Amino acid sequence: MKRREGLAKLMGRERYVDDLQVDGCLWGMTVRSPAPRGRITEIRFGRGVDWSEFVLVDHDDIPGPNEIFLIEHDQPALAPGYVRHVHEPVLLLAHPERAMVRRAVREVEVIVAPEPPVLDYRVTPGADQIQFGTDNVLKHLTIEKGDVERALAAAPHVVEGIYETGAQEHVYLENQGMLAYLEDDVLTVSGSMQCPYYVLQALTHVLNRVASQVRVIQTPTGGGFGGKEEYPSNVAIHAALLALKAQRPVKLIYDRSEDLAATTKRHPSWVWHRTGLDRDGRLLAQDIQVLIDGGAYVTLSPVVLSRAIIHAAGPYSCDNVRIDGKAMLTNAVPFGAFRGFGAPQTQFAGERHMDVIAETLDVDPVELRRINLIRDGQATSTGQVIHDGTDREGVMQQALDMAQYDEKRREHLHFNATHPSLRRGIGLATFYHGAGFTGSGEVVLESVLHVAGRPDGRVEVLSSNIEMGQGTLTVFTQLAADRLGYDPADVVIAEADTSRVPNSGPTVASRTSMIVGRLVERACDDLKTRLGLAAEARGAAIKNAIIAWYRDHRNEELLGRAQYHQPEGISWDERTYRGDAYGTFAWATHVAEVEVDLRTYSSRVLDFVAVQEVGKVLNETLARGQVQGGVVQGIGWALMEDCRFRDGAMENNQLTNYLIPTSDDVPPIRVAFLENPYPHGAHGAKGLGELPVDGPAPAVVNAIAAATGTDPRGIPVTPERLMKLMEKKEPRDG
Amino acid sequence: MSSNIPITFELNGEDVTLEVSPTERLLDLLRYRLDLTGTKEGCGEGECGACTVYLDGLPVNSCLVPAYQIRGSRVDTIESVDSEDVDPLLRSGATQCGACTPGVVMTALWIREHPGLLQTHTIRELMAGNLCRCTGYDGIVEGVEEMLLRRDRAS
Amino acid sequence: MSVLFPTSVADACAMLADEPDAVPVAGGTDLLVNWPERLEEHEKTFIDLWKLEELRPAHWTEAEYVLGARTTYWDVVGDRRAWAEFPLLIEAARQVGAVQIQARGTWAGNIVNASPAADGVPVLMAYDAVVVLQSREGTEEIRLSDFYFGYKQMRRRRDQLVTAIRLPRRAYDYQVFEKVGSRRAQAITKLGVAVTRTNGAWRVVANSVAPTVRRCQAVESVLSSGVAVSSHEDLLPAIRQDVSPIDDIRSTAEYRERVMARLLYYDLKGVCANFE
Repeated sequence: MKRREGLAKLMGRERYVDDLQVDGCLWGMTVRSPAPRGRITEIRFGRGVDWSEFVLVDHDDIPGPNEIFLIEHDQPALAPGYVRHVHEPVLLLAHPERAMVRRAVREVEVIVAPEPPVLDYRVTPGADQIQFGTDNVLKHLTIEKGDVERALAAAPHVVEGIYETGAQEHVYLENQGMLAYLEDDVLTVSGSMQCPYYVLQALTHVLNRVASQVRVIQTPTGGGFGGKEEYPSNVAIHAALLALKAQRPVKLIYDRSEDLAATTKRHPSWVWHRTGLDRDGRLLAQDIQVLIDGGAYVTLSPVVLSRAIIHAAGPYSCDNVRIDGKAMLTNAVPFGAFRGFGAPQTQFAGERHMDVIAETLDVDPVELRRINLIRDGQATSTGQVIHDGTDREGVMQQALDMAQYDEKRREHLHFNATHPSLRRGIGLATFYHGAGFTGSGEVVLESVLHVAGRPDGRVEVLSSNIEMGQGTLTVFTQLAADRLGYDPADVVIAEADTSRVPNSGPTVASRTSMIVGRLVERACDDLKTRLGLAAEARGAAIKNAIIAWYRDHRNEELLGRAQYHQPEGISWDERTYRGDAYGTFAWATHVAEVEVDLRTYSSRVLDFVAVQEVGKVLNETLARGQVQGGVVQGIGWALMEDCRFRDGAMENNQLTNYLIPTSDDVPPIRVAFLENPYPHGAHGAKGLGELPVDGPAPAVVNAIAAATGTDPRGIPVTPERLMKLMEKKEPRDG
Repeated sequence: MSSNIPITFELNGEDVTLEVSPTERLLDLLRYRLDLTGTKEGCGEGECGACTVYLDGLPVNSCLVPAYQIRGSRVDTIESVDSEDVDPLLRSGATQCGACTPGVVMTALWIREHPGLLQTHTIRELMAGNLCRCTGYDGIVEGVEEMLLRRDRAS
Repeated sequence: MSVLFPTSVADACAMLADEPDAVPVAGGTDLLVNWPERLEEHEKTFIDLWKLEELRPAHWTEAEYVLGARTTYWDVVGDRRAWAEFPLLIEAARQVGAVQIQARGTWAGNIVNASPAADGVPVLMAYDAVVVLQSREGTEEIRLSDFYFGYKQMRRRRDQLVTAIRLPRRAYDYQVFEKVGSRRAQAITKLGVAVTRTNGAWRVVANSVAPTVRRCQAVESVLSSGVAVSSHEDLLPAIRQDVSPIDDIRSTAEYRERVMARLLYYDLKGVCANFE
């Protein structure tokens, strides 16, 4: 099936939040902190502005608790006299003319009496820098399996390494934006978001309103990648506060520079590995420490850390594993959800470390992975026994074959010996990604989904899972049409409007197709049951039954319902971090071929192969697009995407200075899928959205290492950093 | 302070006369006064190409065009595009979130209309002014290739 | 903010004479960046050159290729003779932003914007371009290599308008332009270098390594001196005489200096007789 809303998008007819024209609408903007930490002593309003024309909101205008509802409620919606990061929202302004409000924002001066900020998450904070608990540790998590110390002491080889990754900006092409307005006494907020019910909860909490007095509508969302998981709650609250005070509609649309400077990024990470191995390279012990930079408030860092440590040991079997993870407070803009959610960071470290081990032990990097890849019946670091029947070695082998790995290695030897200024290398990464919420998260969510029959015989899928480019509308349509034997045109997908749709959970964690898609199927089945139809009933039989039902049930609504139930045999202990961390994992191997120009130290990806086992591909074009887009995002993170912070603020907050790959920077991404249906996923599907971001960085950096003989331990590997590495290797390199 | 400047130009084949302010960008005029919201703003710095329109037949970033400069010119926006022409892009997966898409379509159709450019340029070079964060570009490049093939077959 | 609309070059010069603080605007690709966020900075009078057709076409004479003040990068890319005779113009034009910028950006605008990172200027300078300035007082011609004298400082009087850029037609037996950015397309230059040789005379021009785009005469001397150059490091002393790169948001001084040396060394090995 072709993308359902594809034609509207190609023709420019899809209306995003900033495309909505609203009569009498004001433009809102946010006045932000200039300092990373301190007490606000004064707010000065410039004389060149007639302030009586403006609607002004500060923390005193907040009807409920001044907290953004999330895991902890430590983040204020507007700074209450104290700031913890640069760009923290302090005041809100609104005016009918956008140019006026832009100007006015610059005429407000927030004076902060500075206090010592924490600007490096790797450094132990001083006493005057403590702002959370006794040690600024936002979250501490550990995984223990076997006896690491004893295994390390006995291991013939021990290899250590430290690996670091930088912050990454989402660069969704549509900036954050919300529109808030009152309809009688119902406050409606519509805008760009991944999680309408998160926004609803945040609004009811801070505004002290009952859920029936707040309505949240997702507008077509121009990319999210996690950046529109938790952050839109902030924008929605701000738009709502302005609209309530003004008693007029307010649009709050970020400019790109504001979006880059003030919104979340991927957590920077520092990962230390100490690995015990036998003489053949078999893993005997994995001792891993993970630090991530959480920024100024807790936000989602505990769960990012959780996914980070669970993926840190890689898709390998090892009897003795100890993983210690900490999310640290700094006075940076809070880091947040970003596609992969901690797993790309720790799998960069793990997969780069595998190549470092291979180099140290002089074993082949492919062989090292082959002998350690987890086999059915073996357990992950949390003790989750894998028995899915997937041929993980086969996944890797297919990627190597497609990439012509062995031939390329031979060719490169010759090429590098003869070319005056170019060096080529090939590298791989084998990895996995757990789909859905971690541990018992899905149980806690209790997602509910409806499939309604309509009086004309069509059906409507009602869920809070949204389309942001990844294909929800198309996949849900396909699943319902398949399940009911319907023409896709007879399946309607409801707008994600909290006044109509049930809470089927957030659109995150690669859960939409696999977990919520399964609810679509089950709600279709329930619809048939309610109609008194047999499970085999399809198409016209169902349609006719729906039409007949409405003849007999005027003023009622026919709803098929489904609620998430944990599949049998899954158990997780949140306290000990033991058990089945995820219902299932998707497995993948990426292979990158890279060329380095020794004149400029710049690296370019020549070829890229991505092979993954994802249960079942629901839509080939959409699935391939997910992988290709994720891979290019990963290549960007590996090579060029470099957030530069100074005193807690992003310096390069322009797309001219924060560079993402263009079409000319990347080769075709060659994709192949292997299928091994997962019995509890829709149609057998496993989660796919995040998996492709886990592999590119280590594959590309391993290829750079192979090409240049250097040993990069951090990303991005910018030309400037590679120059330093080359000089270290060969101080007077000609 | 701002004086109004009367201009006449051709927009998607029709003559338009109105007054613009010196501070107004072509993008603002299209989106906020003419309700042609198919043209998107991604960055306001001429970097992302989401606001691509044709000015006298050439793709330009409408965020970098002062509205007064279109006087006497021809402007074509995504709203002028025929749905049949974008079918190859739909099939190849050239759109995901859709925010960059109208700009991508404008550049893609311009390439299709100027196949001679491919003697000196690659599709990837010509598309480099349209940032896309979703597709990884393969769906876009393949869609343009298919457009060119269909054009060849038709001629 | 106000805009003036001249109908001829003479008209534009008269406007500039009356209002020397007025800013001529052509393709707007620098001026309009982040425009709504910086409106207060633009409380000025602008003179719109975009529609001055007499400034648009580039033309060829027996001895010269003459670009108009309104000639865009894309205009030159579309000129087949330019590909043959001035290939570095094509190389540079193709690397200025992408097509959308090339269609609007002008060579003259690139000169008077006076950015040290200007991509069009190094190749023009390496071809010994001459800038033609016109005012109510008359016409003046200045060699591009003499045009700048400090960061954003140039020998254009405020009442003068750049009306043309003249490039002498010569036979070049070597020419190369290297732009180094943080990605292949659409990147602001971290450093760039244009090199030409005609009749044994070298021109080496670098950008993003000094307050202005600069001709590097110490390097040129090394190239023509016959002194043996056996590694890129041998070029560093001359480079240090010519340029003074800095650390900034896009790169480091060390990288710029070293990569400039390496580009010159690798590119000229086998071209320049004294390179070993």
